[in-house]
Amino acid sequence: MKVAQISIFIENKTGRLAEVSRVLGDAGVNIRALSLADTSDFGILRLIVDQTDKAKEVLKKEGFTVSKTEVIAVEVPDRPKGLYSILDILDKGKVNVEYMYAFVERCGENAVIIFRFDDVDAAIKVLTENSVQVLPGDRIYGI
Amino acid sequence: MKFQQGAAQIWDPSHECLSREAMQALQLKRLQQAVQRVYANVPHYRQAFDRAGVKPEDLQSLADLQRFPFTVKEDMRVNYPYGLFAAPMKDVIRVHSSSGTTGKPTVVGYTRRDIEDWAGLVARFMSAAGVTEDDVVHIAFGYGLFTGAFGLHYGGEQIGATIIPMSGGNTDKQIMILKDYGATVLVCTPSYALTLADRMEKMGIDPRSLPLRVGLFGGEPWSEEMRREVEERLDIVATDNYGLSEIVGPGVAGECLCKKGMHLFEDHFYPEIIDPDSGEVLPPGEKGELVLTNIVQEAIPLIRYRTRDITRLHYEPCDCGRSLVRMDKTMGRSDDMLIIKGVNVFPTQIEEVLFQVEGCEPHYQLIVDREGSRDTLEVQVEVNENIFFDEMKKQRAFVDLVEKRLASTIGLHAKVKLVEPASMPRHEGKANRVIDRRKL
Repeated sequence: MKVAQISIFIENKTGRLAEVSRVLGDAGVNIRALSLADTSDFGILRLIVDQTDKAKEVLKKEGFTVSKTEVIAVEVPDRPKGLYSILDILDKGKVNVEYMYAFVERCGENAVIIFRFDDVDAAIKVLTENSVQVLPGDRIYGI
Repeated sequence: MKFQQGAAQIWDPSHECLSREAMQALQLKRLQQAVQRVYANVPHYRQAFDRAGVKPEDLQSLADLQRFPFTVKEDMRVNYPYGLFAAPMKDVIRVHSSSGTTGKPTVVGYTRRDIEDWAGLVARFMSAAGVTEDDVVHIAFGYGLFTGAFGLHYGGEQIGATIIPMSGGNTDKQIMILKDYGATVLVCTPSYALTLADRMEKMGIDPRSLPLRVGLFGGEPWSEEMRREVEERLDIVATDNYGLSEIVGPGVAGECLCKKGMHLFEDHFYPEIIDPDSGEVLPPGEKGELVLTNIVQEAIPLIRYRTRDITRLHYEPCDCGRSLVRMDKTMGRSDDMLIIKGVNVFPTQIEEVLFQVEGCEPHYQLIVDREGSRDTLEVQVEVNENIFFDEMKKQRAFVDLVEKRLASTIGLHAKVKLVEPASMPRHEGKANRVIDRRKL
């Protein structure tokens, strides 16, 4: 039910994002989803890739600071109020979202939202109890 | 008409204008008393002298002082807090301290007579800069454990001037009081004088219109260009003075209106210039590290204290009539201490804070710069897995925490910037930890 994500510390200067994608590309790692949170000094790049451990290894070898975290992927209908229906469930279930990002599946009818929770297990419980489709990691890595 | 240079008087001609022979005779007598007193009363000095194989009686000439061991800041730390005091606590009526390298400050004490002497020494250089009983002295140094504010306060009182004990901070209020109370003398760091000028100009006040006529600046190194800027923008005479908390505080040396070096009050502080590497005493006029022996003080008379300040001493008499030796503006340090906004900062203090929050050996670099007249300190910290958080909220909270800890340890705000690993040069010694972009 959980999806592995890697987070990378990136200084806010030119070429750093390009460097991350070059390192991953050279290792044959494919990026499935990404989000970047940034400040004027630095950013935190979060990636879901097809080969998590390999990605972490090659980035660390190139001197990047990398951490692996667990997130949850949820499929929501790609229509108005699709996102709201999920957030409403989480809100009522008193689950706190640390951050989230979304992408639309290729040729699919649904959007996928990646959630980072403080308490992952509590979040899964609330979502499944409310019949929300929580996607297994393999589904995402193989998109 | 604001300038009355003729008004500058010699406060203590019986000590400031002695012939070289008379000065040396006085110094020798006082030095002998000082080494006897510390040998009898301070276990640290008894041990240090014994280890060096010298007895107080061995001091038969001024040159004999070279045989005596140095005192270093580390000795103050080891003997923290009162171990170097030569007077009983019942006679000590005040302590002051400065920042230390390992979280512990260095502590100094004063007997009642020491405080009186201190006032007289500060009165000497205030008077040399032209301060009289008609002046209103605005003191913008912080009152507290640091020696700066109190020293100038007592000196000004001794002269009979009117003291405004403003203390530091709150620039807008400083300006209101400077203006409304009609201060004629400003006491602060030279960079703060420029901060005041900047702020006044922003507020639409012409800094030159204030009744200020003299500035007594110290607490940080500054250049002749900066002096010209301060004098021009505030329409004052700006003089430099020197002191360090381990040796009394302000009142070790100060300029007269000739501005040809700071007259060092050598009847109280016996100066030597040494090669910082070999410890050898250098001939007069050579550039080296200033070493001072406190030959009068009762509470904590330090013997051959290594100031780590690099300067030069000039023995030719000055046009002002004083025969006291003159020291140049300090030209750097023989250790890695930084003076930022008048605050002494050691890289090791910062390293210690980083070590505590990171839980491992930190990689960091300090960038010191000056924006306008304000010193800035940026601490660049290499990120590692211990301090990297996937959530921005936590990452920012970490930066805030480090900034807070640093502020409480070093006493000034430093901007913390996280950088990628391996951004810093490695294996190149401590000096590269610091990049000082200020043009001092």
